[in-house]
Amino acid sequence: MTTLLTILFDGVAYGMLLFVLACGLAVTLGLMNFVNLAHGAFAVAGGYVCAVLVNQSGWPFFAALPLAFVASALIGVVFERGLYRHLYTRGHLDQVLFSIGLVFMAVAAVDYIMGSSRVFIKLPAVLDGQIDFFGVGIGRYRLMIIVICGLLTLGLQLILSRTRFGSRLRASVDDPRAASGLGINVPQVFALTFAFGCGLAGLGGALSAEILGLDPYFPLKFMIYFLIVVTVGGSSSITGPFLASLLLGIGDVAGKYYVPKLGPFIIYAIMIVILIWRPNGLFGRTAAR
Amino acid sequence: MTIALETIGLNKQFGGLAVTQNLSLQIAAGARHALIGPNGAGKTTVINLLTGVLKPNSGCIRLEGNDITDLPVHRRVLQGLSRTFQINQLYPDLTPLETVGLAVSERLGHGGDWWRRMGTRGDVNDEIAENLARFHLLDVMNERTATLPYGKQRLLEIAVAIATKPRVLLLDEPAAGVPESERHDILAAVAALPREVTVLLIEHDMDLVFIFADRISVLVSGALLVEGSPDEVARDPRVKAVYLGEGADA
Amino acid sequence: MASMPDMSEHATRAARWRPAEIVFWLALLACGFLFPSRYLIMTEILRLGLFALSLDLILGYAGIVSLGHAAFFGVGAYSAGLIALHGFIPEPVLALIAAGLIAAVLGFFTSFLVIRGVDLTRLMVTLGIALLLEALAEKFSDITGGTDGLQGIVIQPIFGLFAFDIFGKVGFFYNLAVLFVLFLLARCIVHSPFGLSLRAIRNNPLRASAIGIPVNRRLIAIYTLAAFYAGVAGAVFTQTTALASLDVFSFERSADLMLVLVLGGTGYLYGGLIGAVVFKVLQDVFSSITPQYWMFWIGLVFVVVVMIGRERLHRWVMWLPHRVVQQFGRKASAAVSGGDAS
Repeated sequence: MTTLLTILFDGVAYGMLLFVLACGLAVTLGLMNFVNLAHGAFAVAGGYVCAVLVNQSGWPFFAALPLAFVASALIGVVFERGLYRHLYTRGHLDQVLFSIGLVFMAVAAVDYIMGSSRVFIKLPAVLDGQIDFFGVGIGRYRLMIIVICGLLTLGLQLILSRTRFGSRLRASVDDPRAASGLGINVPQVFALTFAFGCGLAGLGGALSAEILGLDPYFPLKFMIYFLIVVTVGGSSSITGPFLASLLLGIGDVAGKYYVPKLGPFIIYAIMIVILIWRPNGLFGRTAAR
Repeated sequence: MTIALETIGLNKQFGGLAVTQNLSLQIAAGARHALIGPNGAGKTTVINLLTGVLKPNSGCIRLEGNDITDLPVHRRVLQGLSRTFQINQLYPDLTPLETVGLAVSERLGHGGDWWRRMGTRGDVNDEIAENLARFHLLDVMNERTATLPYGKQRLLEIAVAIATKPRVLLLDEPAAGVPESERHDILAAVAALPREVTVLLIEHDMDLVFIFADRISVLVSGALLVEGSPDEVARDPRVKAVYLGEGADA
Repeated sequence: MASMPDMSEHATRAARWRPAEIVFWLALLACGFLFPSRYLIMTEILRLGLFALSLDLILGYAGIVSLGHAAFFGVGAYSAGLIALHGFIPEPVLALIAAGLIAAVLGFFTSFLVIRGVDLTRLMVTLGIALLLEALAEKFSDITGGTDGLQGIVIQPIFGLFAFDIFGKVGFFYNLAVLFVLFLLARCIVHSPFGLSLRAIRNNPLRASAIGIPVNRRLIAIYTLAAFYAGVAGAVFTQTTALASLDVFSFERSADLMLVLVLGGTGYLYGGLIGAVVFKVLQDVFSSITPQYWMFWIGLVFVVVVMIGRERLHRWVMWLPHRVVQQFGRKASAAVSGGDAS
């Protein structure tokens, strides 16, 4: 029973982390109908910024986290304005080729600058060890992830549903042409949202150094996971990807614990079955137009 | 009177919205039947139901007495029900020759041949030549469709539908968007359709309808409002109300 | 009205062999005699070209974007390896066909997954299938050798006559022969009504079914065939290198393949072969500059190709050949039109 709870807990932490990493991709895909396979590269950028700040410049971990967000968001906005926006109207093949190219470049560049080995970020002592909670061992680090990611998710939901920006964003998703007719600066909304999604990915990258492992190949290794979150979750709301992330996180952790022999096989198989059954995702109306 | 195409109690809903309501139509063999209605009356949905792009929630569709409600799109075409599109739906990279050739090959059952080059069957070639000549497309038959003038594309739209040798042809606003100078060619092509082909014309342009149709059905909000000869429809106060209420663009 | 033109003349025009094509194949054959020290790299190019030809069938003709075409390559590679290792079919050509057929069976069954859904779903499903097979191959290490790959493959002589040599001479000509035969088949198919219907489906699936083309059946057929081609490419890989390891399924292999095809251009069959040459040359140049980081430069090529635009790039690349063809073509077309007028 306690192992079950521990698995559930770890799975939720893993899932929430995946959500923070991937929700920016949900926006790119759902909003701009852009297949961005390079999303993980922005996560890596954030992760390495955090690692350098903490390990080499001696910043406190919690101070470096926001910087990971900012750094990735800035890189995101530069790429969106400089490259991505020229490709919104192109076909999926071009988008796929372009973003694969970016991934390859990012992998080699990070390898060149930082070396190919896995990077660890020095954590403050507060995050070490476990808390015993009615006999269930709860990792402090994972608890922090759940808290941070949970708050972020709530915040995102509030921004989307309560703020002017949120309503503009929703209007732009529903019908970009009508939205620009209403005086909404759709390209600006796109750029901001893209940057914000990259920022979240960067933050996720920093947080995942401890759990997923951060190395130059991160964007390739986890590409399929991000895509699963978005395609299975659908991209018409953030609830879908959120639930999909939790399912994926719990499924992956449980799978590795109970049937380690099959490895990621189960995840891929389930994904394929779900996509056959519901091509637009489990929770989505229109995953891609 | 033999019935070429018939719908019985056809219903279609999108979510909670009923876009086709209990629609029963009978198109007589050889008729020049027009389906008209104001914007949003559900004309496009009716075409999509008839051709099999959409499945009705209830009701059935019969082509020459055979139930085709559950047949997929391409099977209906092979059974003799073809359509043209309001907005050109052609193959930009293919030539008119190839486009018409495909339609003819599929109908004659050679569409799946992979061992033989296109153009090596005499029967197919003869039909292609005859079709292209009839629609004045011989001069452009080797050019990419994307580069053709709009009027030629419009003709090709009709030519390719005719190449499937339909016994019932659905014409979806054949003259839509055609510049005045090229309009005559289209109208002539429509008028010259063989008499044995039953035509259901879905149209917004009242002039065209009254020149062409011998019977008119008026669709409003997905339901049949009036059906009758052009004179009867023109005199009907309900039709006037619908069209005057809608505005003068019809 | 003028008399009817000869339809078969016009309809078969696209399928006629051009002088440039014959020159192309003769040049390939000549390479086998001119550069005896380069058999291995040339064999790699041919194999990559065959693999890219397979992708061209589904991407260039039917418009299916696949992120996991390596799945079929990998299945072909492992099948050929296992067939040779256990001596099921000693003769390499038969083994090659068998390996291709195994990949085709997989292609047939997965095609039903691929024809459903939108582009994005296709991307995910194709990628997922390749990853899934990679995971399977890793787990069933008692059959596949796991991360070490298949060890100790020995390939028997072709038809019992031509033994594979260490210089790769037999491998090269074997590869060239396989490529040529499959190319002829592909060429025949794309100019047939069947092949034309694929282009129609890519152009406009809605209209394709509206003229009576059974869209799904055609897509299943070509996907299965492409899987056969990829499987054969994989089998040739195993037979000429005596290797089959997990990286045959890798995402990078599928991704590079797309670049190969795009570099050469889609939808005219030669794109994959030309792209393979360009890709290998680029790879060679990049890895001589930075042995470890050539991936960066390949990535840059991806980005640049897309930013410039595939069509524009193609016009640039084809500018010189076009000029040459125009020079020759003018005389030829003058002769043809002269014949028509009489």
